Amino acid sequence: MKALNYSPEHLTSNRRLFWIAAALGVIMMAPVAWIIGLSLKDNAELLKGTEAVFSFPYTLVNYANILESSSVFGWFMNSMIVAVGQTFGVLLLSSLAGYAFARLEFPFRKTLFIIVLFGLAVPEQAVIIARHQMFNWFDLHNTHIGLILPNLSSAFGVFLMTQFFRAIPKEIDEAAMLDNTSTFRIFWKVLLPLTLPAQATLGIFTFLQAWNDYWWPLISATKSDMYTLTIGIASSQTNFAQSEGLGFLGAQAIFASLPVVIVYIFFQRHIVTAVSGGAVK
Amino acid sequence: MAESYRRSRWTNGLFVVPYLSVFLTLLVFPLGWGIWLSLNKVDLFGGERFIGLKNYARVLSDPIFGQAVKNTLIFVGVSVPTLVILGLFLALALNKTTKGSSFLRGLFFASSILSVTIVTLIWRIVFIPNDGLMALIFNYFGWQPIGFLSTTGWSLFSVGVATVWWCIGLPMMLFLAALQQIPKDLYEAAALDNASRWRVLTRITLPSIKSTIMLVAIIQVVMQFQLFGQAQLMTNGGPAGSSRPIVMYIYEIGFLRWDIGMGAAASQILFLIILCAAMLQYWVSTRKEETDA
Repeated sequence: MKALNYSPEHLTSNRRLFWIAAALGVIMMAPVAWIIGLSLKDNAELLKGTEAVFSFPYTLVNYANILESSSVFGWFMNSMIVAVGQTFGVLLLSSLAGYAFARLEFPFRKTLFIIVLFGLAVPEQAVIIARHQMFNWFDLHNTHIGLILPNLSSAFGVFLMTQFFRAIPKEIDEAAMLDNTSTFRIFWKVLLPLTLPAQATLGIFTFLQAWNDYWWPLISATKSDMYTLTIGIASSQTNFAQSEGLGFLGAQAIFASLPVVIVYIFFQRHIVTAVSGGAVK
Repeated sequence: MAESYRRSRWTNGLFVVPYLSVFLTLLVFPLGWGIWLSLNKVDLFGGERFIGLKNYARVLSDPIFGQAVKNTLIFVGVSVPTLVILGLFLALALNKTTKGSSFLRGLFFASSILSVTIVTLIWRIVFIPNDGLMALIFNYFGWQPIGFLSTTGWSLFSVGVATVWWCIGLPMMLFLAALQQIPKDLYEAAALDNASRWRVLTRITLPSIKSTIMLVAIIQVVMQFQLFGQAQLMTNGGPAGSSRPIVMYIYEIGFLRWDIGMGAAASQILFLIILCAAMLQYWVSTRKEETDA
């Protein structure tokens, strides 16, 4: 959060409200604490009763088992490839398009921008069946490219980058033009470096979305060695009863969320800007 | 030179070509193709036969679809107000610069970054009939534990609890951002008038963020209509379809039964419902502003 605008405290803040929120926070954290507790317990001990969570001994054996089980690690790598690939793709396409929509003139610019904005209103459900068929035609299912491509069409990045490019003062590229610089060089050398904070915001947002994507990988990656982490974890949930035990499931949940939690802790401010920035006027 | 940079040139349009080609092939084309499929009887091994609106008729007369629509409406009707009111409450309670508030803001937003599979895994383990956290709490108080995920009447509720837990961060942040925009002098004037806290809340704070309340509600209606992963993973729509939402119906028809034409028709119906919901709310909000003015 940026510098906050504070008003006469006694009218807008209330101690009692704060403590109610704090109590809700404890309730909010309870399930997570529960899972962390389970993940640190031996599965055999948990079978006798999960009250065991509240007493010693604790162990890291479930985490060691994850690192040994090849499939979880493979899923982790698939998720990484897909999320990083999608992030770079979205940044590249959105920056190019955002620059042109915000700073250049070309035929049909306004019409095209409005059409792109309409894209924001199309939910995934409306296109997913046709997309699935198209990817069948080109044999793209169960490939990394097939997992990366669909979300590159999201209009959100273009919309966000257009706004950011618009916010840069016009004098900057006008000065560069006097030196007879080409349009592409102005974009690449002069303006793009100025949008780095915006790139970070959009990049982190895209990474999180790609990492957490569920429906498309569920129908596109049907071979278990092409599962992303989300789908892999879902598949181990479907045979919940026969699974390796609650401790192992808990450890899986913690392990799979580590990357996003780390990203969140370091880039909290960017994430909040990305999710709320586009919406609030 | 400066003028030529500003002048309209088709070469400038080259910058948007990469995105537009992806946009056309992966969004516009599938949207049109999906509508076409919904008007056809699709054979899995190639070949479509035009049958007009028959797929739509089949979907609309399917009692399972009717049940899914009912489930989804109940789910949206309960989860959206909960998210709006709880989000607003948290924003009002945590709109301060203290370390404690900032920590709690971070905490309430943190769950939103988790994937649906993690959220459902966590809540399934919380809701396990005899060994889950809920069962332990119920036992502690001497109550009879409930099979939250396997009982009609509780299953959709449990999915809702997990959903609110997962989604509460965004409404809170949007409300916080709006609270920051309220001009300080409004409160200073109120302080001079010795206004009570309740009056300040109902006369200054809430009216000032009216449009954000509407915006949050619209965003949540659109999002919660798309409920899928939580229901599929926690209850698989059961028991007896009592927690199956519309999107899960589309998934089952299109990707488990492979009735592509019918699945496409159902997804177009959902698209229409979402569009209507968003437009209705938009209309209500603009009309309200006119009468207020």
